[in-house]
Parts: sequence; C-alpha cells; structure tokens
Amino acid sequence: MLFLPLFIPLFHQDTGHLFGGFVLEAYFDMSATTPVCPQAVQAVNDCLTSCYGNPSSLHIKGMEAQEAVTAARKTLAKALACDAKEILFASSATECNNLALRGLVQAYPRKGKRIVASAVEHPSVARVLEELEKDGYDVIRIPPRKDARFYPEDFSRAVTADTVLVSCMLVNNETGVILPVGDIARASREVKADLFVHCDAVQGLFKTPFTVRTLGADLVTVSGHKVYAPKGVGALYVRKGVRLHPQTIGGGQENGIRSGTEPVPLIAAFGAAVQHGMDNREEDLAAVREVSDYLRNGLAQLPGVALHFPQEITVPHIISVSVQGVRSEIMLHHLESQGVYVSSGSACSKGAQSTVLRTWGLADATADQTLRISMGYTNTLQQAQALLDGVRSGIERIRR
Amino acid sequence: MENGLQEIILIKTGEIALKGLNKGSFEMVLVKNIKRRLKALGSFEITKAQSTLYIKSRENGCDMEEAVARIANIFGIAAFSRAVVCEKDFADICRKGVPYLRGALKAAQTFKVVAKRSDKSFAMNSPQICTEFGAVLLEAYPHLRVDVNHPDVTVVVEIRDFGAYIHAGRIQGAGGMPIGTSGKAMLLLSGGIDSPVAGYMMAKRGLELSAVHFVSPPYTSPRALLKVEELCEAMSRYCGRIRFYCVPFTEIQEAIRDHCPSDLFTIIMRRMMYRLAQRAASREEALALCTGESVAQVASQTLSAIVCTDAVCEMPVFRPVIGMDKTEIVDLARKIGTFEISIQPYEDCCTVFTPKHPKTRPTLVEVEQAESAFDFGPLLEKAVAETTVKTISFGQAEPAVSSRM
Repeated sequence: MLFLPLFIPLFHQDTGHLFGGFVLEAYFDMSATTPVCPQAVQAVNDCLTSCYGNPSSLHIKGMEAQEAVTAARKTLAKALACDAKEILFASSATECNNLALRGLVQAYPRKGKRIVASAVEHPSVARVLEELEKDGYDVIRIPPRKDARFYPEDFSRAVTADTVLVSCMLVNNETGVILPVGDIARASREVKADLFVHCDAVQGLFKTPFTVRTLGADLVTVSGHKVYAPKGVGALYVRKGVRLHPQTIGGGQENGIRSGTEPVPLIAAFGAAVQHGMDNREEDLAAVREVSDYLRNGLAQLPGVALHFPQEITVPHIISVSVQGVRSEIMLHHLESQGVYVSSGSACSKGAQSTVLRTWGLADATADQTLRISMGYTNTLQQAQALLDGVRSGIERIRR
Repeated sequence: MENGLQEIILIKTGEIALKGLNKGSFEMVLVKNIKRRLKALGSFEITKAQSTLYIKSRENGCDMEEAVARIANIFGIAAFSRAVVCEKDFADICRKGVPYLRGALKAAQTFKVVAKRSDKSFAMNSPQICTEFGAVLLEAYPHLRVDVNHPDVTVVVEIRDFGAYIHAGRIQGAGGMPIGTSGKAMLLLSGGIDSPVAGYMMAKRGLELSAVHFVSPPYTSPRALLKVEELCEAMSRYCGRIRFYCVPFTEIQEAIRDHCPSDLFTIIMRRMMYRLAQRAASREEALALCTGESVAQVASQTLSAIVCTDAVCEMPVFRPVIGMDKTEIVDLARKIGTFEISIQPYEDCCTVFTPKHPKTRPTLVEVEQAESAFDFGPLLEKAVAETTVKTISFGQAEPAVSSRM
C-alpha cells in the first residue's frame, strides 16, 4: 500500500506531522482543490494495475474498463438524479463549461442571439461568453443587488424572445454565495418557454442540496477535484434531447460529443469520491458547519476583520473575509509559514485581481485585503484555531 | 549530416589570441567551457591548431544546429564558422562544397569566393582557387552573380594543414573572455531587469558568477524566489553554472522598520544587503560584488546613496550598467532572454516597507547614526546561518542546502 503515507496526514484527525517538527497542517483552500479521498485513491490504483483496458476494445479487458466507466456514470447520475445516459465525462469542469456553452449555441443557431448570465461566473464561463459576444451574441450580465442577493426577476426581465440560453452558477467560487438557479430558470422560462438553462454547479456539489430538476437546468457542470477525486476529470449533465455540437472530434467516445479515450482511472475515482460524498453527505455537512461556525465567530472578534456575506446566503464551506490594512497576499504567506493554507481571491488565476468581488460592491482596497477560507469535512476545530491564531499574529506583525 | 558530409565548427578566439604567456591557460578554460556546454549533445572532439579551435562530432546524428546555437553564447569566442570538411583536392572540394553551400546560396543573389591557403604545398594558389571554385558555383547555381565588393554571401575556402574547409562566412560570437579566467564575483540578484544584465556584462569579461538573493516571507512570495531561480537559469546559458545563495531577510527588514527613520529605510536595508553579500562572497571565494545599479535610476541609486552603501564594502563593487539608460538595459535584457522573466509581477524584498519619501541625499554620518539605534549584529549572524545555497545550471537545479557561511 504505497500511497498510504501520502494521504494519512490529510485524513488523520491530528493532521500533518510534517517537516519533522510537528507543524500542524491546516489546509483551508478546499475550493481551489481538495485532497484525494482514500476511496478515490483505491479506485485509481485498481484501474492502473488491473483494469487498464481501453473501453472501446471488444475483448474482455475493454469490457472491464467500460464497466468501470459505466459504474461511475451511474454514480454521478444518482448524485444528480438523472439518467446515466445523460452524463458525459471530460477532462475538467472548464472543458465541460466550454462544451456546454459553445456546443449549445452552435447546435441551435436559430434559437436566438441573446444569452443571459450572472455577472459573477467563473472564467471558464465568463471568458467563453466574451468570445460569443465577438461572434455576435448579445450577453446580458446580471449583478447582485445591494443586499448581495440575486433575484430571479432581474434575470427574467433580461430574457427576450431572442434568448437562447440562461447560464447561472449555483455557488460562487470566491464568495460562497448561493444563487437561486431553480427560481431563475423558472422565471426565465415564463418569458420564453423553450430557452436552455446551463448551471455551473462545481462549487455546489455536496455543499448545497440540488438535483438537475430543482435547478431546472438542461446542462449542469460538476468537477472531480472539488469533491475529493483527482484533478483531470469533470462531468456534464446533458438533458435527454438536448443537442451539443462537439468541440473535440475523433473516435466518437461519449456519444460522439467528446472524443478521446476515457481516462478510466480518473473517471472511476470520480465515481468513488461521489459515492463517498453521497454516503456521508449529512455527517460531512455537519462537520463543515461546526468548523465554519467556529471560524465565523472567531474571525468576527478579531480587530479590523470583516466577514463579507451573511451566513444564510452562502454555503458554510466558503468564508470571504477581509483584514483591514493587510494585503491578502502577505497574510496568505504569513499563514503559510504557520502551516495554514488559504487563498487570496480565486486560486485559478494565480492571484490575478478579482473583478467578481467588485461586482458585489467591494472597494478595490477591500478586495485587495480579501481572503477566501474554504473548507471540507477533513478540517478540524484544532485547525480552525490554528487559522484564527495565524490571522491574529499576522495582524500584529503586518499591520503597521 | 544526412548527406554524408562531415561538418566542423571553426572557432576564432579573438582577444585570447592577443595574450602572452597565459594564452595557453585561457584556451584550456575555453575548451573546458565548450566541452561542458556541448556534453549533452553528444561526443565532440576539440583540437587546436593555427590559433583556431576545431570542433568535430565523433558520432553521426549530433544536433549541429543546437551546437552552433550554444557556441554562439560562449564568452571568449570572437567569431566562428560552420564548415564542411574536404580532402585537400580540388575535385573533392567541388564535390562536397557545391551541395553543402546550397542552403546559403539559394537564398542569395550575389557572392564571392575567398581562399586562405596556409598550407602552401597545395597545388593551386589562392587567386586560382577563387576563380576556379567561383566558376564551379556559378555553373551549379546559375541565378547567382559575382560581386566582390558587397556580396550577399562570402564563400570561404580554407586550405589548412589537416584538410580543406568550406563555409559561407563567419558568424559573430559572444566575444569577451572565457568564464572563469578572471576570477569570481558575487552578483546581487533582485529579480528586476537590471541585475541579470549586470551579471551578463561582468561574465562577458571572464568572471565566474555566484548570485545572492534576499527573501522576506511572508512579504515576498515563494513564486518571487522561483522567478529569480529562473533568471539564474536563463543567465547560466551565458555565464555557466551559478552558485545561488538565498538569504532570509525578513527580520532585518522588520528591525529596520521598527528602529530606524523611515526615510532612511532603503539605504540602511541596502547596507545590510551588502554586508550579507560580502559574507556570501568570502564563503564562495569571490573577490568582488556586482550589482545592477544605474546612477539616478531610483532614490537609493543617487551618488550620495551609493557613497553610503559603499562605505560598508571591503571589496570592490562592479556596477557595469551604472552609466546606462533604462531603455539600453532593457534592450540588452531582451537580447539575453531575461526581460520576460524579470517582468513577472511578484513583489521582491526591495519593495517591502519602502518609504513614500526616501532620502535622496543621505549623509554617511546620519545613516551610521540611524543604524546604531539597534544592534543588527545578531540578526545578521542569524541570516548568515539560515542562508541556503544551491548550484543552478542550464536545464537543471539541485535542491538547496544550508550554506554554513
């Protein structure tokens, strides 16, 4: 069992006796990526060592691999409450979002030229929308109101008879704010019944309850490495009857929509991680809530620390917070020296300035001082205390 | 070569050739540098005759293009040419020379032939070789015209002791002196645009470089350190292996912030850096410091400021870009491939805690007085003790170890 020592530090209660000096490792960057759960590691290992066939091969080795992929597809379908045939695997959620948006508008060129989206989408949606604008699409971006919430009528007001697509994320990756995707879909369809709805649910899976039906979505994106599977695999729900124009052509895998030999180990690991997530949904959520509440209370008591969003409109997994007078990058590296890992802005863009926080009305200076603390079921109260201690000592050291 | 032609690289050493009794040792260093740089490309034989170095590959399939590209970056080489090897026989010269020169001549409109006959026993004299071989080339490439004043391509036929060599003219080398023939200097490398250029310029004069960099976590990011290591790697293409010292500097900076007047922060910080750099230099047996300072570029690089920093130096400080404009430095940085790395936006320790209004005309007296407000000795010793060092060479780096300076 060669992999065992690698994940024990992350999954053991008193985590991280690292660097030989009993430094506590407190990883609070779970929205950037999660560690890989033992079940997923096991699945990768099994596929690499025994189930190594190509799912397209006609012999028994191919059959075995095909079965591993099918099993994972069924698990994903169960988690999203859809049919296994409606699940498509790709290399990442970014690829899924690209495929969903481009594939859809290319398949339905006469359905309309307007797209309505939230103004806080992840770059893998936002950048595609910018490209579609260059192709002549009219993109309407709906910001939150002053109370930080999104209102369905703001979306439906922007919908016209010419609208082909509404795209709205379920949970914002930088703030943790939950968007009322189901209500937005319903309100939009009251204006135009046959428009399509896409939802980037990457930060929502196992964090806030949903099914494809409650979202009212035709296309839903989820990612492996945010739910304790390895990086390199994402999944797209494509409602039966919805056509997508393929963006990658070749051997015709995934119903011809996304060619390329299936990465069987990653897909199987995705399935195993999702199964684990479903089996433990309640306990995991309770564990996260406990740590999250503890952190929110502790942070609120630190001088000059501001929690940006009320608890009732966010998932407990993400806390967006600013420390007055301390640039977030410096605080991040200070915390790092204490074995505590958080994010400034969103980790995808390596510290690039976030426009999303400004959309919520945060001043530039505040956005510059914003930390994203994101957690999962492996985080403990002891780690939360280490984070609070680190922020406190950082304030004393840096804020001069 | 795929067509069975044996290629050779002829190297002119330039400045070394002017040296007296030390010439041999300079050449030996150059040969060693060339061998090290070509090692990964296959087995090469380097011989020396008639003040020229001959580089021949011992096996087929060596990447001569890459070998030429690497040789172009080696200091101590004034010029070089890439030639085909022929027997000292006019028929063989024509048989091999005509196809070998196709690439150069197809793209040209005019040419001339120059002959150099150091082996006087060869049957034809130089003017005869020029006329006869020129005629052969004109027949093979009828689009060409002869132009003896401004030819597009100068074809050179060299008849030497061990063979005849034909090439399409000289390529300019990197110039300077071979790395390691002038001793060693310690470069203060910040991550900005200027210091890699300064290092390049001193290395060109034959100095072997070590580098020292200061880090201030948490105020500086680990990515800033990676960037500086990347700079070292890019520089090592010219400068050879670089011993890289990384000095933890946070506590010293915090102490300056807490105990010294803020308008003198930068100047005192630089004095601390020079002190630590000298410690690294003596550990490395380097005899001088090298910096990317350019007079008047920023507040800490005024003449008064340089006087204050130099006061702590017991070894010479080389500042090769001192009289250059920023645009000139940038041009050179682009040429040596460090500019794109330098402009990555990671904060380095020079910009941490910088005062809004630094003093541009500090006097040594006031700086020394300000410094005496706190005993920096123990912190300097701690920084020395915690300094790490590693060797960076092109395409590879080893893990850092404690430097025990």
